[in-house]
Amino acid sequence: MQDDRDWPLYEIFVRARGGLDHKHAGSLHAADARMAIDHARDLYTRREEGVSLWVVRSSDITASDPAEADSLFEPARDKIYRHPTFYAIPDEVKTL
Amino acid sequence: MSAAATTVRGADLLRYALRLGDLSLVLGQRLGEWVGHAPAIEEDLGLANIALDLIGQARLLLGYAGEIEGRGRGEDEIAFLREHGEYLNPVLAEQPNGDFGQTVVRQVLIDVFQLELYGRLADSADARLAAIAGKSVKETRYHLRYSGGWLVRLGDGTAESRARVQSALERLWPYTVELFAEDDVDRALAACAVAPPLAAIQTAWSARIDQLLGEATLERPRDRPYAWFGKRGEHSEHLGYLLADMQHLQRTYPGARW
Repeated sequence: MQDDRDWPLYEIFVRARGGLDHKHAGSLHAADARMAIDHARDLYTRREEGVSLWVVRSSDITASDPAEADSLFEPARDKIYRHPTFYAIPDEVKTL
Repeated sequence: MSAAATTVRGADLLRYALRLGDLSLVLGQRLGEWVGHAPAIEEDLGLANIALDLIGQARLLLGYAGEIEGRGRGEDEIAFLREHGEYLNPVLAEQPNGDFGQTVVRQVLIDVFQLELYGRLADSADARLAAIAGKSVKETRYHLRYSGGWLVRLGDGTAESRARVQSALERLWPYTVELFAEDDVDRALAACAVAPPLAAIQTAWSARIDQLLGEATLERPRDRPYAWFGKRGEHSEHLGYLLADMQHLQRTYPGARW
């Protein structure tokens, strides 16, 4: 199982149907991107879950730092005016 | 060839369907042996998926064989209750898995054969075979993507992986002769446009294999004399053990379902 440990991790994104976004489905180990596609096909689309796959090396993803959540996300909490809930919607508009 | 002289003989068609069905059945059974033992869980699933595709092909082909035979035997009876000498798969398919590299080599050799075969069989004058081939060729394209990817990765990999796949190639190469050894059944079915001529498949197979071996930096082994013909029911000792494993349940509990 040593080889297994050496394989890098890939994040897998699956598009369920044409027109929809690719959604994160999970992650798996593979030696290269092509193998990651093969494995993703076998692991995540064997029951017709998808029509398209993206694979990304997990190490290529830059994530926000949980320690910075205070400064990144909390300031949005008291700015309720950013939600479009203060507009009066005309009666004529049915499908907004 | 004249259209008048092209009546398909049921016996030929039956034999042909059994040959193709048994190839998929036996190879699928072999791949199934990897479940729980593959080098990584991802490969475990990959091999199992291919095995299931192959068993699916076998079901269609052996089911059709049962209909041609007309003695009321279904796919299960044909798959599980025949004797050693009645299986008509090429001997290559029953060769043991060996290490992962040997499994990959066996897979590549057969995947390319099935790809070239099914691609042509999809235009068969026999509507059932054409339909089965049309479905199977898509599966086979993926099988080759998987096995070919591994062949290149291992061949063009480390010194050890390269040595292992090269030696597997030397070991399995002689069995490929059988894939293209034409007999009366092949000729009769080719004459009525039911089966593609094996010579055409061989040319295409050879070209594709050369290209893959080149990519994998592997050497094509020299052709050697060859004596086993599974398509005539002459098998290596390996098939007996495989069948014992595969038939055990049906023979112990006849008609078992779950």
